Amino acid sequence: MRYSLASLLLNAVSGQSRWSPAWRSPEPAGHYDVVIVGGGGHGLATAHYLAKHHNVGRIAVIEKGYVGSGNVGRNTTIIRSNYLLPGNTAFYELSLKLWEGLEQDINFNAMVSQRGVLNLCHTDAQRDAYVRRGNAMRLNGVDAELLDADQVRAFVPFFNFDNARFPVKGGLLQKRGGTVRHDAVAWGYARAADRRGVDIIQHCEVTGLRIDKGVVTGVETTKGFIGAGKVALAGAGHSSRLAAMAGMRLPIESHVLQAFVSEALKPMIDTVVTFGAGHFYVSQSDKGGLVFGGDIDGYNSYAQRGNLPVVEDVMESAMALWPALGRVRLLRSWGGVMDMSMDGSPIIDKMPVENLYLNAGWCYGGFKATPGSGFCFAHLIANDQPHPVADRLLLDRFTRGALIDEKGVGAQPNLH
Amino acid sequence: MRLPCPYCGERDSREFTYRGDAGPTRPEADEAMADYVYLRDNPLGWHKEYWLHTVCRTWLVVERNTVTHAVGTVVPARNQRAAS
Repeated sequence: MRYSLASLLLNAVSGQSRWSPAWRSPEPAGHYDVVIVGGGGHGLATAHYLAKHHNVGRIAVIEKGYVGSGNVGRNTTIIRSNYLLPGNTAFYELSLKLWEGLEQDINFNAMVSQRGVLNLCHTDAQRDAYVRRGNAMRLNGVDAELLDADQVRAFVPFFNFDNARFPVKGGLLQKRGGTVRHDAVAWGYARAADRRGVDIIQHCEVTGLRIDKGVVTGVETTKGFIGAGKVALAGAGHSSRLAAMAGMRLPIESHVLQAFVSEALKPMIDTVVTFGAGHFYVSQSDKGGLVFGGDIDGYNSYAQRGNLPVVEDVMESAMALWPALGRVRLLRSWGGVMDMSMDGSPIIDKMPVENLYLNAGWCYGGFKATPGSGFCFAHLIANDQPHPVADRLLLDRFTRGALIDEKGVGAQPNLH
Repeated sequence: MRLPCPYCGERDSREFTYRGDAGPTRPEADEAMADYVYLRDNPLGWHKEYWLHTVCRTWLVVERNTVTHAVGTVVPARNQRAAS
């Protein structure tokens, strides 16, 4: 059923009895034209755009847990496109534009809220870097505004501006950035893909790839073999394990990133702010919880939980920037497994095995990229050519030396 | 998480700096260099990795489980190199 005012009224007068499930739970068919491994945000978005824009036949998404059980439901919900380097800027801007039209496209309220993303700077050097980044963004048609200290004070008056060690000197604001209800993104894409005939197969783990003379012919799963014309891997933190099934190693390490939410509070902050002197960023959800996070723990991990030093570090940063948080109670914290790539940028590319495609290396920035990633991955799968805005996010950039290293820290995934 | 330094005993993980997979060894051939620098096994389960004990300046090879964060054998990196 299409969601509309009419469907709302119809159900209001019929005891809410006419709603149908948002998506089916089909048994897997024996063969699909495209099998997408991973029913997270990126896999479901890929399925949606494949079904909508490309004529590729039958599509299945295979998910080992349930829709929304992975990183798409574990992130801090921020969207933005404030990237510096060629290869990233145009890609993330496409993604942000897709966010702006997402709800009409998938007929689902994802609560896209362009409340702005403000990066604070605390030194002259940091301001210079933000000027450069802001100019790069504007040259690429992305919105960016440099705020001085007084403008920051007017925009978010409640921070500690006169911290002796880290005074707030200004900030780079992207007004079109903001937040999106993360679960609704998973549900919305799942429903939209399902409505276009995509089979979403949950609780079905891929245990192997069947490869015949260098051509992938299907996937072995806990529900048996499923044949496939093309196989697309969107396994996020578990991408290395999927690639290993094809005998490949990836330029990726899996790391754990923690996130936090406070008890529900009255409205305190109506934008997204990042602290430039420590790793801390914060926004407020519509339920009232302050949602915040920090750095990855820094060692290889597939555990969806982290350790206490990072918790302490994030809380210290929070208190340095925003002393009013001192009496707020933390409601819960959790961890997600990040596919940290060697240059901090993602990979959307074909693999050396014929008809096998890879979407990985999103580090801790995968959520904002969800629509763009799905859109470009679908383009690649359908056309065997990278989408023009994603034509640098290729696997061989590491051997060619064409890295996209926003932070400039080299091949150390735990520092990106 | 706590790591046992062979010289200092069991210490808080904050005293250590992670330096990545201890598996790859620097190749002679230029063609193998990109693999060495960029590609990783990234296993789910036991992983041999370098940690620097920042307090006593000893490089360690730590065997650690990436799912449970349990720590297995810990040896100074120089011993491992001598053995291989």
